Amino acid sequence: MPVQTAEPLIAATTAPTIVGFSSVEMKYPDGTIALSGVDLDIAPGEFVSVVGPSGCGKSTLLRLASGLEHASSGEVDVATDRIGYVFQDATLLPWRSVERNVELLAELHGVPSAERKAKAKAAIGLTDLTGFEKHLPKQLSGGMKMRTSLARALTLDPELFLFDEPFGALDEITRERLNDELIRLFAERRFAGLFITHSVSEAVYLSTRVVVMSGRPGGIVAEFEVPFPMPRDPEIRYSAEFAALTGEVHHALRKGYSA
Amino acid sequence: MTTTVWAPKTEVETKSIVKPAARRKSRVPSFVPPLIVATAVLAVWYLVSYVFLDQTRRFLLPPPHEIFTGAIFVPDILADIGLASLRTTIVALIGLLIAIVLGVAWAVAMSQARWLETSLFPYAVILQCIPILALVPLIGFWFGFEYPARVIVCVMIALFPMVSNTLFGIQSVDPGQRELFRLHGAARWTVLRKLEFPNALPAIFAGMRISAGLAVVGAIVGDFFFRRGEPGLGALISNYQAQIQSEELFAAIIAASLLGIVIFAAFGWLSRAVVGTWYESSDR
Repeated sequence: MPVQTAEPLIAATTAPTIVGFSSVEMKYPDGTIALSGVDLDIAPGEFVSVVGPSGCGKSTLLRLASGLEHASSGEVDVATDRIGYVFQDATLLPWRSVERNVELLAELHGVPSAERKAKAKAAIGLTDLTGFEKHLPKQLSGGMKMRTSLARALTLDPELFLFDEPFGALDEITRERLNDELIRLFAERRFAGLFITHSVSEAVYLSTRVVVMSGRPGGIVAEFEVPFPMPRDPEIRYSAEFAALTGEVHHALRKGYSA
Repeated sequence: MTTTVWAPKTEVETKSIVKPAARRKSRVPSFVPPLIVATAVLAVWYLVSYVFLDQTRRFLLPPPHEIFTGAIFVPDILADIGLASLRTTIVALIGLLIAIVLGVAWAVAMSQARWLETSLFPYAVILQCIPILALVPLIGFWFGFEYPARVIVCVMIALFPMVSNTLFGIQSVDPGQRELFRLHGAARWTVLRKLEFPNALPAIFAGMRISAGLAVVGAIVGDFFFRRGEPGLGALISNYQAQIQSEELFAAIIAASLLGIVIFAAFGWLSRAVVGTWYESSDR
């Protein structure tokens, strides 16, 4: 199953990892074990998606990588402090306009006003929100909210992007469009990505590598390199190779269930 | 929280359910039904005044027009009532302002530390449970029977909704937003200023509306007890009652009602002006 990637993925042997999990275990005070024995290294420029059944601790990976939580045992090494985190909800502040929402993180990091505004403007342009700067969140559709959330994270020029099922609540058309935009952003910015999703086809379409997790306690049961070149051609979704790969991922996912 | 009048989180459901499925559009303009009720009330009023009460007892319920001819249209009486209303308004507003500042500060303090909440919240509840009227004579004892005592009654009566609503507003911050701030190393003060306080604003305004109404009640009640100094509406009401000046009494009561309505409406307007743009209120 490991296929050669066409993209300039830095060779695994020399690659510095931007985030590395080694034999990570996550145990909650109530005794549930969310993760066990997780080893995963992500190199700069890699976009890794994680699929797995609900409750397998996928999101916990992100919480560990971002420092929101700490592993019970094992190690999580993160080589950057420029981390973008996109939550399941857009988590926009309803009293702030799109523009002011996008400025928030830079504000929290004490970036001076002029620079902050410039960064926000650039991020708004990148996420195709131009013209909506003054809109309030309640005036936006779900997809636009997510874009705002994405733009907000982009202002920090993240080297590592963490996505917690960001498009899960969106309709399929919006979701595919945002997938394409994310691909475009990734191709331009080349941040490292760790993307949690329920959707196998989304995972395959977006990623340079797909990781399959088993049910609780979550562990990695399979990994797949995705060979399609970046930026992805949207038509690739309907190709036989794409179907074959998603089929393999599905298969591994089902095996992980029964395991 | 026991007395939270403010219901959040229902926006999403109500918005999608109520809006498209608008009730059958009626052809009667919306001001007509209340008008019918008002007419009916007036009719019953006249009936009682003229049919059930004989001349000697008519002072118990003078017919509506006599309230105008006998009091509201009499310049001296109107001036008395107007001036008293103004004094009561000032007492109520000062009391309300103090209650707002104290209440918000109290709630913010509680929200910042668990131990402060556990040690202070019971007293907020107790304050709510004490019949303030029972304390009023004591307040006179301590603070004299003048202006300050009236204000203190207002504060005590208006404080609780401010505390509970502000605390509720702060605590209803979306956990995801909290994590976002935490993730980016926001200091507690920053979280309060940029997240918790703005998030609490709609609830704070809802509290203000309730407290404003209560402050008017407090000001009038304070007047009944603390008669020294210039009379407010309460003192006037109780004078008119003592002297069986029925028309004047009714006029003063109408003034008190108007005062309550105006203050309530003013805070509703203020709330809409400040948070109405972004907050998706569930009540229209």
